[in-house]
Amino acid sequence: MTQSKLNLDKDKISRARELSKQITRPVNDYIEKHTTVAIERATLRMLGADGVTADDVPVPNAIVSALGDNIQYGASTYYVNALLRKNMTVEQLNGAIANGLDISQLELTDMELIRQKAEELVAAFAHRVKGNVAYRTSKVTEYKEKENAPLLYLIVATGNIFEDVKQAQAAARQGADIIAVIRTTGQSLLDFVPYGATTEGFGGTYATQENFKIMRKALDEVGNEIGKYIRLVNYCSGLCMPEIAAMGAIERLDMMLNDSMYGVLFRDINMYRTFVDQKFSRMINAFAEIVINSGEDNYLTTSDAYEKAYTVTASQFINEQFAYDSGLPAKLMGLGHAFEMNPQIENGFLYEMAQAQMAREIFPEAPLKYMPPTKYMTGDVFKGYIMNAMFNFIAKSTNQGILLLGMLTEAIHTPFMQDRFLAVENARYILNNTKDFANDIEFKKDGIMQTRAQNVLDETIEFLEQINEKGLFDSIEQKLFAEVSRPKHGGKGFDGVKEKADNYFNPVYDYLEVELGLKK
Amino acid sequence: MDNMIRPYGDTMNDGAVQLSFTLPVPHSAKADEAAKQYAHKLGFEEVEVVHSNPLSEDFSFFVVYGKSQLQLDYDKIEVEAVEKSMDFYEVNNFIKENIKRKVVVVGACTGTDAHTVGIDAIMNMKGFDQHYGLERYPMMEAYNLGAQVPNEELIRKAMELNADAILVSQVVTQKEVHIQNMTDLIELLEAEGLRSKLIVCAGGPRISNKLALELGYDVGFGRGTYPENVASFIVEKMVERNS
Repeated sequence: MTQSKLNLDKDKISRARELSKQITRPVNDYIEKHTTVAIERATLRMLGADGVTADDVPVPNAIVSALGDNIQYGASTYYVNALLRKNMTVEQLNGAIANGLDISQLELTDMELIRQKAEELVAAFAHRVKGNVAYRTSKVTEYKEKENAPLLYLIVATGNIFEDVKQAQAAARQGADIIAVIRTTGQSLLDFVPYGATTEGFGGTYATQENFKIMRKALDEVGNEIGKYIRLVNYCSGLCMPEIAAMGAIERLDMMLNDSMYGVLFRDINMYRTFVDQKFSRMINAFAEIVINSGEDNYLTTSDAYEKAYTVTASQFINEQFAYDSGLPAKLMGLGHAFEMNPQIENGFLYEMAQAQMAREIFPEAPLKYMPPTKYMTGDVFKGYIMNAMFNFIAKSTNQGILLLGMLTEAIHTPFMQDRFLAVENARYILNNTKDFANDIEFKKDGIMQTRAQNVLDETIEFLEQINEKGLFDSIEQKLFAEVSRPKHGGKGFDGVKEKADNYFNPVYDYLEVELGLKK
Repeated sequence: MDNMIRPYGDTMNDGAVQLSFTLPVPHSAKADEAAKQYAHKLGFEEVEVVHSNPLSEDFSFFVVYGKSQLQLDYDKIEVEAVEKSMDFYEVNNFIKENIKRKVVVVGACTGTDAHTVGIDAIMNMKGFDQHYGLERYPMMEAYNLGAQVPNEELIRKAMELNADAILVSQVVTQKEVHIQNMTDLIELLEAEGLRSKLIVCAGGPRISNKLALELGYDVGFGRGTYPENVASFIVEKMVERNS
């Protein structure tokens, strides 16, 4: 770890963390008492539920809709009960449900038998995920030398998983370490996960378990060929957040976009639904050692990056605390931020560097995710290429963990293959040419960068105080984040939130709580 | 007298153009030659492949310079005259003098499109690139409904707020998804007899005025539009309709 360059006051950083704890506490009290349709569906998936009915309704959705309010007891009870009552394997039961069997109507057997059987199913899930973790760890260790630092992150977005595979393999060969498959527009608002391989998406490709599997295989293939572990990213957000986490754990994804508030602010998903869902999804990600990416960059697409820099830092603190509350360690926290200041600002580069360095020093273990300029990108591809170079330079010289490469055609079209190539060339030139720059410089005492960072930290604390006073729910309602107001009971998905009954049963949740050290 | 023009490199009428493109072939001398011949087919002479690079086993990238003898008569070019729009202050004064009440504008990114960047740039208080958004206009009441708003919801809200104008932003245009969505809105408005009561504007990086007019909108705003361009159009159109 490099020496502090910004001379930030450690007591202030501790104060911000203390405030974040106070902010998340009442939210956690709410989370503990509730489940959601998405959590129940995710749990069913982890126990083995899969497939679709003749009308393309996923089996987990069919079960949860049939149960209605009874999900307050946990859908697992009914699913495991059906396995015992019908004396079927998981595959047989999925087939029967797909053909119309309603398991909510079966008489419940002895709860002790249900528990035993559930443990067996959880063990099978855990075995698979632990195998995935072990495989990833061994490959990452084996190929460590070939990795770029920061890891280079590229996006594919054709809408067709088979076309995505071609572009992803090409991107990996060009030098990408991480491939994200952007989701089709609107998927975050679907209250189910589509099934099977898909070839029709708008602005992206459906996240389905089969698509995960296809891309995983393709990246392993190219990775083994070039001697590098290529990480796969998807979007654990929207109404199916925990289900996507479950599928990602099973199919060995390596990173997930997984913000605690993004869905509320930018997708108008109900806040109670989002907070309850994000906890379980993060528990799953933590167990599968999937690096989460938070979405602070999004604030800066609606608010000014210079004036509202403190909202990014405050959100990072809150995301960090929610992640800890879910048992997710700092090394898996890809806290987000972005290079989005107006390029016309005098000394803008210094402010951007101060902000990036500040995130580095406040969250020393987190593999920070740094997002490229988008807001001020125009059709001038030549200027855009320079802006991306400035961004890459800051990423390297402040030791960011994950570098999402900017495209010179950002404001024009979804990237051409050559756009990705040029982006990788740009980054690799800078990564190599400034390799040890970070270790070789200090910042001037009380200079522009130190002063800026200290001011932003002060503003962050002031802002967190304000949130703590109002409470997080009211703060969101009153437009404190991203200048967006979301009513507490508005937005999508609130009807999918249910209070847990006293005898609520969720064997995966219980298992993860123990595994992650959330409960002794 | 014709006014024939060609691209300018360093000499008048040299026709010099820079190109970059990818061909789906492995990188090789043959690939370079293919790039050269392809540029030739595009109408370029003195073609030079100045740089080439493999993108993967099956694709290669080229930077090419060429000179074209094609020319056109600049005097025959016609474009729709873009009228100089009023600025923030002029728009507000115009409303005070000519409309004498606040103008109500409702905007949204409709359909499945989740990209609010366009509608935010036009409507949010902050605006874009130092140009204030419509929310900042004292003589306007602007409501930004955000992303993924169904057309029905947008119309309902416009009626509830007694809106003068509707703004529709469409950023995602892959596979022409925006065309259907934009058409649906106009059809819904017409079915409810509301079309003539509202000024309906479309915007987005791939939206042209021509396309918007074809689909039955009053105007379309493309790349490089600022909030005051939209505001000017709305208030001038309102006055024009009432006179």
